[in-house]
Amino acid sequence: MRAAYDFLRTLSPEQQVGALFFLVFGILAVASIAVFLLGFRSRPDADDASRQERLADLRKLLSTSWAMVVVFWVGWAAGNAGATLLFALIAFFALREFITLSPTRRADHRSLVLVFFVVLPVQFWLAATRRFDLFTVFIPVYVFLALPLASALGGDTQRFLERNAKLQWGIMVCVYGMSHVPALLLLDFPQRSYEGKGAFLVFFVVFVVQTCMVVQHLLARQSQRPPSIPGVSRSFNWPSWSLGMAVGSLLGGALSFITPFRPGQAVAMAFIACAAGSLGHLVMKAIKRDRGVPAWGHRASVTGANGLLDRVDALCFGAPVFFHSARWYFGG
Amino acid sequence: MLAKAMGIFLLGLVRLLTGAQARWHGCPPKAEQRIYFANHQSHADLVMIWAALPQELRSITRPIAARDYWTRSRLREWITTAVFNAIYVDRARTGEQDPLEPLVRALENGDSIILFPEGTRGHAEEPQPFKAGLYNLALRFPQVVLVPAWIANVQRVMPKGEVVPVPILCSVTFGAPIELQPGEDRHAFLARARDAVIALRDL
Repeated sequence: MRAAYDFLRTLSPEQQVGALFFLVFGILAVASIAVFLLGFRSRPDADDASRQERLADLRKLLSTSWAMVVVFWVGWAAGNAGATLLFALIAFFALREFITLSPTRRADHRSLVLVFFVVLPVQFWLAATRRFDLFTVFIPVYVFLALPLASALGGDTQRFLERNAKLQWGIMVCVYGMSHVPALLLLDFPQRSYEGKGAFLVFFVVFVVQTCMVVQHLLARQSQRPPSIPGVSRSFNWPSWSLGMAVGSLLGGALSFITPFRPGQAVAMAFIACAAGSLGHLVMKAIKRDRGVPAWGHRASVTGANGLLDRVDALCFGAPVFFHSARWYFGG
Repeated sequence: MLAKAMGIFLLGLVRLLTGAQARWHGCPPKAEQRIYFANHQSHADLVMIWAALPQELRSITRPIAARDYWTRSRLREWITTAVFNAIYVDRARTGEQDPLEPLVRALENGDSIILFPEGTRGHAEEPQPFKAGLYNLALRFPQVVLVPAWIANVQRVMPKGEVVPVPILCSVTFGAPIELQPGEDRHAFLARARDAVIALRDL
């Protein structure tokens, strides 16, 4: 174990990240093969149907994980510009989904054009060129003051506040949140000799937040407790949530060796990311309930959206909080 | 060659902006002679329904384009003729000529067509009353299958008077074919066709 660790230390950051992806792809491959083989086994007993159902659930989870890992791998392999472009595209599709399901009026057209074709590219360009100070305030300060102006110039005051609020939320979650993922890739900590290893940070956030969500989801499904906030989510309850948070945070501590943090700090950072991610997911659920949709872009919906937002919303909330905590505390 | 490249480009653009999803609810996509009739809210409807059809059907299906709008510039005219293989109709009736004449010719050739029976773009929630063209064609070509379609959300992509489209997911829902009953009254048939289109909205 010690020898393997020392060997990994001698590798360049590039090779270390490569090894990480190798490991993750390996784990996914083993899991996929296991699920594939389990699919052959069928016992003619009573709970065969429920087992098949669990297996189908697992397959869905696996295919999502494959897709996400491949996306991250492509993003890393394509270099900084490629990664930024990739996440900009994801933000574009997520925002497209969000706007589709929040009714806009005709007077909003100019604002929407501005959002999709000016704000989104500029924000990701700021991330790619590491202008992190402007990157941080560009949307909350400048865009949030400029967009209502564009709407006001449109001349339509019906539901003015509501329409602008919707638009700003869409930008906040889909563009601002998502743009912090490539920003994390580019974040360096010079005083801790942590340069060129941003991919580890992204891996850390995604892995920790996803683990927290999965644990919480599985526990909530098993438990007999009534949901804590039935108005928002049928499955969410505080005990499962706490356990998910605990698992996520401890996992973060265990992964501290791939981060610039010490173990205690890593636990704290993982806790922050998990809290932001899982509670952000809850917020998105509340918005969905308000809009009367069961999932963002349900398959059967008339809009034909494909549920991208459901998969990335936790990351959209977790990434900015994590990024700014790390940058503020460690002075990146 | 250039038309083909343009076709691929337009298809990519429409998919990027709208997803261009086709939902076949009442009938499968099939290479039989059909008249697709849909609601009309934007000039982009034509592009949308063209992009939603599968590749094999796109080449044998000809959309109807309003001559005054789609021939206003040379680029528009080239796109509608070379890429969409559209049939032009005059919205302003001129003299003796039957406005359905080009459609009849296309149907006699065995092509499928895409028709917007409202005639002009509507802005209300529900489509305007259908014009008689659909009835006349159904009467004249009883063997052609009449497929209703609902195009959702396109008016949000590009409202009247705007030039830059906005990315919003759109879909085209194709419903179960309807038939002209023997001896059915023109108004009754057109109302029934309109209801068939509206019924697809909430599927």
